[in-house]
This record gives sequence, C-alpha cells and structure tokens, in this order.
Amino acid sequence: MADLSIDFCGIKSPNPFWLASAPPANSGDQVMRAFDAGWGGAVWKTLGDPIVNVSSRFGGIDYANQRMMGFNNIELITDRPLDVNFKEIYEVKKRYPMHAVIASLMTETKKDWEVLIRRAEDAGADGLELNFGCPHGMCERGMGSSVGQEPKLLAEITSWAKEFAKTPVLVKLTPNTGDIVEAGMAAIAGGGDGIALINTIKSIVGLDLDRLVPLPRVGNASTNGGYCGPAVKPIALHLLSALAREPNMIPISGIGGIANWRDAAEFIALGSTSVQVCTAVMHYGFRIVRDMIDGLSNYLDQQGMKSVNELRGRAIGAYKEWGELDLGYQVIAKIDKDKCIGCQLCVTACQDGAHQCIFAGSEDRQRPPQAHYPGLAKAPSPLPLGKIAGARVPWVDEPECVGCNLCALVCPVPNCITMEEVPSGRPHETWNDRTDQGRTRQPGGIHD
Amino acid sequence: MAITLSNERDELRLRDKKPLYSEAEARAEAERCLYCSDAPCIKACPTEIDIPTFIKQIASENVRGSAKTIFDQNILGHSCARVCPVEVLCVGSCVYTAWGREPIPIGRLQRYATETTVKGIEKGAAPLHTPKAKTGKKVALIGAGPASLACAAELTLEGHTAVIFEKRGVAGGLNTTGIAPYKLHSQDAVAEVEWVQKLGVEIRLNSEITKDTATKLLADYDAVYIGVGLGADSKLNVPGEEGQGVVGATEWIEQMKLVPGTAKTLGDVIVVGGGNTAIDVARECALLGAKSVTMVYRRSTEEMSGYKHELEGARKEGVRFLTNTQPVGVVRDEKGALKALKVAHATAGVPVAGTETEVPCELVTLAIGQSKLREIASFFDGVEIDRRGCVVADPKTGATGNAKVFAGGDCINGGKEVVNAVADGRNTARFLTAAWTAASTSSASK
Ligand SMILES: Cc1cc2nc3c(=O)[nH]c(=O)nc-3n(C[C@H](O)[C@H](O)[C@H](O)COP(=O)(O)OP(=O)(O)OC[C@H]3O[C@@H](n4cnc5c(N)ncnc54)[C@H](O)[C@@H]3O)c2cc1C
Ligand SMILES: Cc1cc2nc3c(=O)[nH]c(=O)nc-3n(C[C@H](O)[C@H](O)[C@H](O)COP(=O)(O)O)c2cc1C
Ligand code: SF4
Repeated sequence: MADLSIDFCGIKSPNPFWLASAPPANSGDQVMRAFDAGWGGAVWKTLGDPIVNVSSRFGGIDYANQRMMGFNNIELITDRPLDVNFKEIYEVKKRYPMHAVIASLMTETKKDWEVLIRRAEDAGADGLELNFGCPHGMCERGMGSSVGQEPKLLAEITSWAKEFAKTPVLVKLTPNTGDIVEAGMAAIAGGGDGIALINTIKSIVGLDLDRLVPLPRVGNASTNGGYCGPAVKPIALHLLSALAREPNMIPISGIGGIANWRDAAEFIALGSTSVQVCTAVMHYGFRIVRDMIDGLSNYLDQQGMKSVNELRGRAIGAYKEWGELDLGYQVIAKIDKDKCIGCQLCVTACQDGAHQCIFAGSEDRQRPPQAHYPGLAKAPSPLPLGKIAGARVPWVDEPECVGCNLCALVCPVPNCITMEEVPSGRPHETWNDRTDQGRTRQPGGIHD
Repeated sequence: MAITLSNERDELRLRDKKPLYSEAEARAEAERCLYCSDAPCIKACPTEIDIPTFIKQIASENVRGSAKTIFDQNILGHSCARVCPVEVLCVGSCVYTAWGREPIPIGRLQRYATETTVKGIEKGAAPLHTPKAKTGKKVALIGAGPASLACAAELTLEGHTAVIFEKRGVAGGLNTTGIAPYKLHSQDAVAEVEWVQKLGVEIRLNSEITKDTATKLLADYDAVYIGVGLGADSKLNVPGEEGQGVVGATEWIEQMKLVPGTAKTLGDVIVVGGGNTAIDVARECALLGAKSVTMVYRRSTEEMSGYKHELEGARKEGVRFLTNTQPVGVVRDEKGALKALKVAHATAGVPVAGTETEVPCELVTLAIGQSKLREIASFFDGVEIDRRGCVVADPKTGATGNAKVFAGGDCINGGKEVVNAVADGRNTARFLTAAWTAASTSSASK
C-alpha cells in the first residue's frame, strides 16, 4: 500500500485528507469522530469574535437525481465562545497528536490577530489558516473576502500573522477575484507558508417563486451566499493550477467540490499537497474518507507510485496555453454497438448542438449545406446491429466529425462512445507556430 | 480423488437468472444508492457487510476497494452475492423498497465487485489479502461447506493454520452440491473454494471424520470446528417408497449438478414438500424441461415455508400446486417401476381416510427435510445435541460444551442460509483469534 502521509510546510499528517474550515470542523466532538473515521487533519471552523447566525442558512442545487450538486450557505464564522473552542483544540491535539489540527482565524486589528494567534498556538494548533475568503456577511464587516480581494491588505495582514506566529501560516484565498495569481503572490509577499483555496463563490442559489424571495429564505428576505460542492470543482481546479504553475510556489491545500478519491487525485496531480472537504462531508458524513484513502492508495499502487508525494504536481506540465495546443491532433467518435442502448441522445446532440455527423437508420443521408465535404453521408452496410439496441445503434459520418466530444459526454453508458485518435493529414503545429510564421489568417474574416 | 466437473452436466443447461453486470450497468445502479446512514441493509445482512460503502466504491470506480470492503466481512462474498435470498435480507430492507420504488440490486452489485476483482487478480493484479505471520496455532475443520471455509479463511489470514477435512470428493458443501444452478453453478462454487485455498487454507478431500479420527484431531490441533451441515433427506415412510423413481431432493440436486445425464429427460415430476428445497427442485425440473411439475404439500400455499418470491417464480415457470394433500403410498408396476403417487386430501396436515387418488408420475423427489448428523456430537466429550438434533453451540462464538470444540452453520441452526454459515464460521475465527491474542499478550507481559 502506497504511503499517503504528507508534510505540509512542516505540518505532518497521516494522509492528505483534511476537513475544511466549516460546520464539520465546528467542535472537538466532530473533529475527533472524523479522525476516528480516518481523516488526517482538520481546519477548525473559523475562530474570531463569536457571531450570531440566522435561520435558515443553506441552499442546494439538485441536478436530475443528484441532490446538492451545488451548495450555498449564508453562515458566518464560529458562533461558539473562543475559550470553549481553544479548550477543545487542546483536547483533540492531546488525544490525536499525529493528526493535523489547523486553526482558521479571522479578525480585524493587528492587536486582535496577535491575541488570536497566541491563543490558537497555546491550545496546540499545528498551524494557522487566515480566512481571507468568506464572501458573505463577514466581508461587509471588512473581513474575509474583502481582504482576499485587496492584494495589499492581504499581504499586510499576512505579514502581521507571520510576525506573531510560531507555526506555519496558510492563507485561504477567495475565488471572487479577477486574478488569483496576484492574490497568491500577495500571500507569498506577506510571508505566508502555504495557500489554501478555494473558499466559496458569491452566489444566489435560487428563488422561492411563490414568495418571490431568494433562497435560503430568512423570513421575507435573503442575501448572497457562498457556493461550493461538486459544481465548483472545475473552478477550483483552474485556480489551483494557475497558482501551481507559478515558479517558487509555496505548498497548496486544494479545496472545492472534492467528494471522492478521484477528485482528490486530480487536485493532487495539479499541485495540491493536502485537500480539504466540506460539502461532501455535510452530505454523507465523515465515513466518505474510507473510500478516499482506499481508492487513492489503490490508484497509486496501480500507477506504481510508492507515495502520494510522487503524484503531486504530475499534471501541471500538461497544462498549456491554447496557443500551444497541437492543431494536427484529431479524434473522432466511435460507438460501441454492443454497449449502445439505443437512446440516440448523441444523434440529437450532434445534429442540433454540434456538427451534424451522427445519424441513425440504414439510408445514406444528405449532408447539410454547412458540411465540410458536400455530398452524402454514407450509411454503413451492413448496418451495425447492437446486442442491446438492435438496429437503433447510430453511426458516425466520420469525415465530418470534428472530434468535439459532445456525443461521448451526453451518452449515458460509460465507455460506449469513445474518442479515438486518427491521422488528420494536418501537420503537428500550434497556433503560436503559425503566429511566428505569420500564417494566422483564415479565409472569410473581416478583411476578406 | 477430487471430482472433475464434466462439461456435460445437466445443471449447465440452466443459465444465470442474474448474470454479471457490465461496468455500465453496475455504475448506473451504484449511482442510485442513497448511501444511507445506519443503513438498514447492513443490519439485514447476517455478516453485516458495509453495503453502502462498497456500493459507493463501485460508483467511485474503486472496484478493488469495493471487493475488499465485502471480503473484510464476508470472505465468501462472491457466492453469497449470488445465492443469498436478498429479497428477504438486504434488498428487502432497502429504503427504496418501503418507498415503493425499485430497490438497489445489492446482490448483483456485490457479484460485480467480487467477481471483477477476483478475475483481475487471476489475470495478475496484486492479491487483496496477505496472511499475517504464523502464530503456530492449528485448527482442524470438519466439512468443507461455507461455515468451515469462512472460518478457515479468516483463521489463515490471522496467521493460524487451518486444515479442512471433507468426506466428499469435492469441496464447497451445498454451495457446490445444492444451490440452484441458475444462481450458482458448481464450477463457480469450486472456483471460490480454490480462491480460499490460495489464501493458504488446506483442504483434504475424501476424508470423512469418524470417532477415531476425531479423537486424533483433538490431540493434534488447538481447536476443532464442526461444520458438517445436515444429513440425508428425510423419508415419507409410506408403502412402496423404496425403489426406482423416488429420491431425496438434495440427493437428486447433487446428481443433477455433478453427474452428467441424470436429468436428461424428465417426464411428469412430483415434488413433495413446501419449503425452499422443494421449490428449488420444482423450478429446476420445470426449467430442465419436465413434462409437468407438481408440488404436493400437506397444508395450504400460505403455510408453505418457502419464500414468497421463489413461489411466485415457480408459478411463472409452470409449476402446479396440489395443496392440502398428503402422500400415502407409492404405486409401482409388477416390475417395481414407479407408476404414481397415491395421495389423500389432508386437513390441518392430516390425511382424511377415503379421499385417496393416484397421481401418475415418473419421478418423485422428497423435500420434506433433512436428517441431522447427530452422531458427530458423540465424537467429542461435552458436545451436546438439542431436541431438534442440532449441535448445541453459542450462536455468537460457536463454543460448545467442549472448550476445544466449536461448531457453526446448518449443523447448529438446523438449516438456514449460506450467509448464516459464513457468519458463524467467521465469528468463531474472530473469537479464537481474540482469545489467542489475549493469551499471548498476557503471557508476554508476565
Ligand atoms: C437444495 C438446497 C438449496 C439451497 N439453496 C440456498 C440458496 O439459494 N441460498 C442460500 O443462502 N442457502 C441455500 N441453501 C442452504 C445452504 O446451502 C446451507 O445453509 C449452507 O450450505 C450451510 O453450510 P454448512 O457449511 O453449514 O454446511 P454444508 O454446506 O452442508 O457443508 C457441510 C460439508 O460437510 C461435509 N461433511 C459432513 N459430515 C462430514 C464428516 N463426518 N467428515 C467430513 N466432512 C463431512 C459434507 O460433505 C459437506 O461438504 C440451500 C440448501 C439446500 C439443501
Ligand atoms: C456551511 C459552510 C460554512 C463554511 N464556513 C467556513 C468558515 O467558517 N471558514 C472558512 O474558511 N470556510 C468556510 N466555508 C468554506 C469551506 O471551508 C470550503 O472552502 C468550501 O465549502 C469549498 O469546499 P467544498 O466544495 O468541499 O464544500 C464554509 C462552507 C460552508 C458550506
Ligand atoms: S440538519 Fe439538523 S440542525 Fe439542520 S435543520 Fe435539520 S435537524 Fe435542524
């Protein structure tokens, strides 16, 4: 079994799976149960002067049969007294010395940061996470994302924290910013030891259409919340990889929509040292970590990697600017006739939403006027007969297929439509190559 | 000598009713699982497999991890997936069932995870299990059925030595000789046994344990496990019963599964009994092409002890029911060949005089229970038999009146399911391991 233990700028953890600063890490009782279930670390629910919360607080986006594909909250930081929180942190560290406990902090004045940091470290926290990300409630008070969106302020408060801290300082960034690299550089400039991202994305999750009030409804009104859960993973991956590509980057704790080992592996391959989870735990509980540990270690074994550290950052180099992509590369859709169930969703998707090159039935078909090659789309003969779909198996007019993936994406059957690499007859060159050679002009432009 | 399984066996004519899922099917069903907390399906499983977790692992494409979750609780998770009456166990308790929606096909998902993973290992993937270092403890197990196999496998993984003695020329117990072929064919049961052997379990075939050999086992081993199952099929005790054409149900099934040609042509078949074995035989005969199959039962259909879903299946396959009917004799021609079963109307299970009729038939199978292997208890001092003829053992640990002797499976419960036998065997192995570990740590600390 592969070694899952990590060292996050000096913070040791038996595995890369941490609870994010959020309701699952709200109390000592929860954090200890999480550690028993297998979590390697926890970032405590953000500590500061206790606040007052509203009821209700959360909203969800369901998609087909999946509840809470996206999740939204208007909750603030901890509403429990600081001394109770610190006592519990102390208890947890005493009982779980090998696990990582990181105190997430948020306050205003330099003096208050000093007090908070000292008390968190006295309680035994292994590290600190500065919450510069919360995009609702706290930012109006000049904290959270209002700091994360101001690089100068971010750098300054980080440097205060570094002045007082003896343990590593992580800076948790907000995705609600134009340029994440600028924020990341500010964190480094302030002396931050690590970065955590993303916090939630500003959102309105929906409306109560009977009352015409946004959700989650608090009496007759609502406010914007923070969006997270599986829906935000692509945004988080993008921001993570943008930072991870920077030279001399500090360790990153990846967050946003992680629900299973595959998600975690993706974050790690794009440069995360640890990963943090909130929504998936709120949905299914601490127990999900079992498959995360088991699945990740099976995956590493299969890849022949002895440690999770070998996976870290392995996919960073495969990110390229668009202009660096190979214009000579070509894939086309192949339909596995025996896996096909005959729904023909791919036909509609390609006809209405792509390039009009998937058909069904035994007749040759007239290509539309916008086709690349005029003439007939030739039906295969004999028509493929599927084990399940019979004569309903569609066919691809291969010369017209641009290899966009849409059909494979809409197909409900895993691995039924695959995108196969084919020779394109085009040279292997990039747009940048063409730019260098002055060959960027395509016919039919503004000047033709 | 080990029995080799021919390709001409009659059971091979019966196809899987629930074939292996494709990856797509498995994923689609796995995604439907709600991942309930304190899940009722886990509680309904006698081996308490963490069902939502293994299903979630299929959904996350961690099929190997899924198999591990299953095997951690039930080392015969593959055969259980195929033979368990899931309708009355896990699937029956799925929250979707109560909601009136299609429940999660847990058995089929379990088959997918275990079968795919074991096949992967056969093709070269790393084994799932590595036995712990040898402890020096040795256990002898009597009978190579599910109870002993589960016990031996678990013991072996814990580093103890396990040797199984089996009287037949084939291992697996009823998994190999008794399960309806449309659930599990013998070769698959045997393949599972071989997989258990690869973990390090030793099986000695054609090794019936008798009073003498039992005494030797007690002397040579640290513990003895009794997993002998049940005995021969019970008889009707009516005139004409002895002779051609009247056979015990489990005997007939064993022949049909293992000996080619035994069920090649089936005429009019009568099955006596109303339990699950009776329904199994009736369905098997119907599916094998019998001219007609009639179940004769002395009480009403409602009182049959067989599962309702099995009864429904039998009805759909064309099995007829003669209920409130009791066999009173077997009619034979002058050469002794079977002609008919003589039956009488029965009220409350008792035949009414003067109501006798004859039902012509070419085969009568008797599924009215199996005898108990009572004598096994007499091999070991202190081991007792209860009123039903079952070996008296603590259901949680398998402990008997003899401190070195444990028992489990059908021989202690009178005949339940494979999964109960597996739970028994596993529990005894866990109990012994805990006891031995405690003893060695306390002696080490002295
Ligand atoms: C016809 C039939 C169909 C069934 N169908 C199902 C089903 O679909 N699903 C399900 O879950 N359960 C089913 N069962 C029940 C299930 O098969 C049993 O509960 C289970 O096999 C019991 O396991 P066991 O290990 O206790 O005994 P067995 O499986 O009976 O194994 C006992 C073994 O001990 C051997 N043995 C006996 N005496 C000695 C001796 N003195 N020395 C050495 N070896 C000895 C026997 O040869 C046998 O191999 C069915 C039972 C029958 C009869
Ligand atoms: C209800 C709720 C409360 C949260 N509270 C905090 C918080 O106090 N401090 C913080 O840094 N992030 C907080 N977050 C953000 C999470 O830590 C995390 O960054 C975000 O939810 C993305 O991860 P996910 O997709 O796994 O949920 C909260 C999120 C939720 C849903
Ligand atoms: S989850 Fe718990 S706290 Fe939240 S509304 Fe339901 S019962 Fe109340």
